[in-house]
Amino acid sequence: MTTLDTNDPAADPEVQTSVFAASPNEHKAHTVQQVFKIGFLAVTLLLLIPAAAILGVLVFKGAPGLTWEFLTTKPTDNGAAGGISTALVGTVWMTGVALAFSLPLGVAAAIYLSEYARDNWLTRTINVAIVNLAGVPSIVHALFGIGAFVYFLEFGKSVLAAGCTLAVMTLPVVIVSTRESMQAVPQAFRDACWNMGATRWQTIWKVVLPNSGSGILTGLILVVCRAVGETAPIMFTGAVFFRQFYASGLFDKSMALSYHLFSVSMHVKDVPEHVPYTVALTLILVVLSMNAVAIYFRMKLRGKKKW
Amino acid sequence: MVTPTEPLAAPPAHEVILKVKDLSISYDGKTALSGVNFEVRRNEIFGIIGPANSGKTSFLRALNRMDEFQHRMRVQGQITFAGRDISSIRNLYALRRMIGVVFPLPVGLPLSIYDNVALAPRLTGVRNKAELDDVVERCLTRAALWDEVKDRLTSLGSLLSGGQQQRLTIARALSQQPEMLLLDEFSIAVDPVTTMRIEEVLKELKDEMTIVLVTNLVQQARRLADRTAFFLNGSCVELGDTERMFTGGATDQRTIDYLEGRFG
Ligand SMILES: Nc1ncnc2c1ncn2[C@@H]1O[C@H](COP(=O)(O)OP(=O)(O)OP(=O)(O)O)[C@@H](O)[C@H]1O
Ligand SMILES: [Mg+2]
Repeated sequence: MTTLDTNDPAADPEVQTSVFAASPNEHKAHTVQQVFKIGFLAVTLLLLIPAAAILGVLVFKGAPGLTWEFLTTKPTDNGAAGGISTALVGTVWMTGVALAFSLPLGVAAAIYLSEYARDNWLTRTINVAIVNLAGVPSIVHALFGIGAFVYFLEFGKSVLAAGCTLAVMTLPVVIVSTRESMQAVPQAFRDACWNMGATRWQTIWKVVLPNSGSGILTGLILVVCRAVGETAPIMFTGAVFFRQFYASGLFDKSMALSYHLFSVSMHVKDVPEHVPYTVALTLILVVLSMNAVAIYFRMKLRGKKKW
Repeated sequence: MVTPTEPLAAPPAHEVILKVKDLSISYDGKTALSGVNFEVRRNEIFGIIGPANSGKTSFLRALNRMDEFQHRMRVQGQITFAGRDISSIRNLYALRRMIGVVFPLPVGLPLSIYDNVALAPRLTGVRNKAELDDVVERCLTRAALWDEVKDRLTSLGSLLSGGQQQRLTIARALSQQPEMLLLDEFSIAVDPVTTMRIEEVLKELKDEMTIVLVTNLVQQARRLADRTAFFLNGSCVELGDTERMFTGGATDQRTIDYLEGRFG
């Protein structure tokens, strides 16, 4: 902890007349500032503990079971034995479908809201609606998914229906994160382009979008995290409890990791103790590996000062 | 059949490129400028001086229809540019291409220096590399920036120094090949030496285009402008030949006071 210069002649005769000697008020302000700094640091460290604990336990208990064989063989005995390959592949499929729909649609909506829509009551209502949509419980999205995709659009219980449900659920985060990063591009850039005779789209394409990459990547990362992790939205729309086949196509059902984790933790009998931990660890690794590229590019973008 | 040739009317002494009639500008119903009437001649430098809040920037905004994206801004009256009432122009992209603008704060777009200057031609569909190279070199040279940046055309324009960015902004405006160039206090963020260099450039540019120069520096108006308008609190108080205005020819007492630095 640093201290300020004082006027204590005993401590240092030279500073007695120093103009840099701190007044009582400055001492107090400085102390308060140090206390706050340490306080915030403590809170941050405290919050890291549960995260580190979870990861530690998963690695400690789950890592030994995490073998190539476990990942690539099909489950048997309702998941109590064998590997998790069908669940792993199913999760990748569903996440891929979710991304394929929610990223382009979300970015398009964000472009409209940020760059085209006028600031009127309708736009404001839409913005509030989007934020609230992000807070709708996933079970509600699940029910919507059944009604809309499984029955109304007649996708049946399928990877496609599950992926679409995940897409609807994650659209708001893509829209919000993309819109925020577009709003962070200074208005002066747009004015300059428009004044040169550029259309709105030319301006978006040349100046706004290239500088919104980090928001789009953030959206992508959030979509992957939720799509891989959520159980409720896929449980009724495309994921099955146990199946030894890979999905034959978008209209087929499949196992999924999150649902599988739920089953082996709660329902299946005679599961070896380490299996739920290994499945959970796999889940986290899938999220990380699917996000690795996005995280890498986001770090690169963030480090580069562009104006 | 031979059509008899009409006897040519004597060409007007000055060709008018911009005509402003009863122009009023307001923001949210609050008037910023009213009752402005004058003409700007082709190939002149038209100076506008006046203290803060006199409506100079608002005037420039009206000229290339920036009211379209300042949704609180209302423009009334008639502005005729190159023979067309600009409120009737649908193709505002063309209007804005014909009018280059340079604002007080330089805007280097977050593109490479090259791309900054090549942007306008590219927007109009030019793809030919040699042609673009040519435009970039010519405009940067005219804006007195070429020598400083010719070895790093690929670095970001938005990371140049303020004075360099302002010259980049001017180069970009020139790359549009505008009929008219609007400059709003361009020298605020620029050092005196660079300012002088840009002023020399403007004098040359006059042969190719019409320049409307808003400036806080009355001496700059005196150095550059052929005619000068004095704006005060939202109206055009006086307009006249610059040299005459600065050599005792000003008629309005407020203009005289302003020129002598008694207020503003
Ligand atoms: N975008 C805007 N929204 C609302 N009011 C504005 C806006 N721009 C300008 N005004 C108002 O219009 C009036 C004239 O402003 P303007 O910027 O045209 O003055 P100016 O002569 O350019 O001043 P300065 O020399 O300080 O640049 C001011 O009262 C200002 O508050
Ligand atoms: Mg101004």
